[in-house]
Amino acid sequence: MADLKRYDNRLGIWGWIGGGRWGIDRYAYALHRITGLGILSYFLMHIIVTSLRAMGIYLWVEGQFFHKPLFRIGEFFVFAAFAFHAFNGIRLFMVEMGFAVGRPIEPVYPYQTSLNVQRPLFIAMMALAAIFFAAGGWEFLQYMAK
Amino acid sequence: MPETTKMTKDITFHVRRYDPMKDKEPYMQSFQVPVTPGMVVLDGLHHIKENLDPTLALRYSCRMGVCGSCGMLLNGTPTLACNTQILDIATTDLTVAPLPNFHIIKDLVPDLMPMLEKHRAIHPYIHREKPEELNDTTGEHYQTPEQLEHYLQFTYCIKCGCCMAGCPTLATDSEYLGPQPLTQAYRYNADTRDGGRAARNEVTGDTHGAFRCHYAGECSRVCPKGVDPAKAVQLLKRQLVFDYLHLAQKQTPCELLHGPAKGEKMPNIPTAPARTAGV
Ligand code: SF4
Ligand code: SF4
Ligand code: FES
Repeated sequence: MADLKRYDNRLGIWGWIGGGRWGIDRYAYALHRITGLGILSYFLMHIIVTSLRAMGIYLWVEGQFFHKPLFRIGEFFVFAAFAFHAFNGIRLFMVEMGFAVGRPIEPVYPYQTSLNVQRPLFIAMMALAAIFFAAGGWEFLQYMAK
Repeated sequence: MPETTKMTKDITFHVRRYDPMKDKEPYMQSFQVPVTPGMVVLDGLHHIKENLDPTLALRYSCRMGVCGSCGMLLNGTPTLACNTQILDIATTDLTVAPLPNFHIIKDLVPDLMPMLEKHRAIHPYIHREKPEELNDTTGEHYQTPEQLEHYLQFTYCIKCGCCMAGCPTLATDSEYLGPQPLTQAYRYNADTRDGGRAARNEVTGDTHGAFRCHYAGECSRVCPKGVDPAKAVQLLKRQLVFDYLHLAQKQTPCELLHGPAKGEKMPNIPTAPARTAGV
């Protein structure tokens, strides 16, 4: 058995979103990971940039990179990632602590799963994230119009 | 008797093939299959094997959604080939591939051993303080219908591996225990006859255990038996957190129930079946 040649059919990172027809919760899962990594890298860059001040390097001068539209767009993406990650994180905390998944039930076809139970929470959290996103977007557009 | 006319429709099956003796990579091969209403995907694959290409390898046994042998990726969804009507999921084309996240042995046959080994690792049996009580019990384990409901849903698992194939965490972390074994860990933890929760926590609370799950929910969406593994994994995480914080209610395994030593039977009551425990 052991020396039989096999083909490793693991999907890899592509499997977070691809490799099959998946449900919406999987895309929320993938986006949560991607936004989490994005926020973490922003945080690391933030520490590096601010610590440069201790070396006498000051990057906030008028007309420098931090005042360019590209940086502002980047900042808006960080904000959008934060809005999604924070509200989806609240949902995940509730779900992963077993508070929004319902009780075990007799499986009768068509099956109702915990996905249905947590769906209102999912919608509510995404609506809150959308409100934050819109408010941040409005602020951003006003800045860009200046 | 009214005559039933069964319309035949040609469906193109795109089957993912792989022969470990010949092929470096899997490839797709197409077959025309005449389909009548009522045919399941397994019937279509039998048609291919009997009439078009006898070398096609597939695994099945019960043909009725009970044994868990025929899990496949059908049009991108992991599910049972014997339980899926072709015309429910295909109008002209149907893609049939082996379950992802497992190694392919040949064509549509995945190697389920890693899942079964993880399943074995979570102690999928009742723990009692006296191990001899497991095989040669001296009484009956008392459990109420309400207590049974706490885990009954999770006992319907047929170990088909569809949930494992759908899980995105397993797609990148092959060491992750995965929804099937974790669900069974919760199933036994929630059983009032069991006393093995601490032993299971050692495995399920580990780096590649329950906390690697972040509720993509795919396992529950695809499970063909309505087991809802995502629910079990979240309930398991709650147990793990509560146990870690010493907040969990103490649950001692239920008592052994011994029948009355003496007493008189009421008249007109039929004789009970012979005792199987504690004789
Ligand atoms: S939990 Fe469902 S999908 Fe997973 S192995 Fe069991 S029956 Fe199959
Ligand atoms: S809910 Fe957890 S176990 Fe189920 S598919 Fe998602 S990550 Fe995997
Ligand atoms: S052949 Fe047994 S589940 Fe499909």
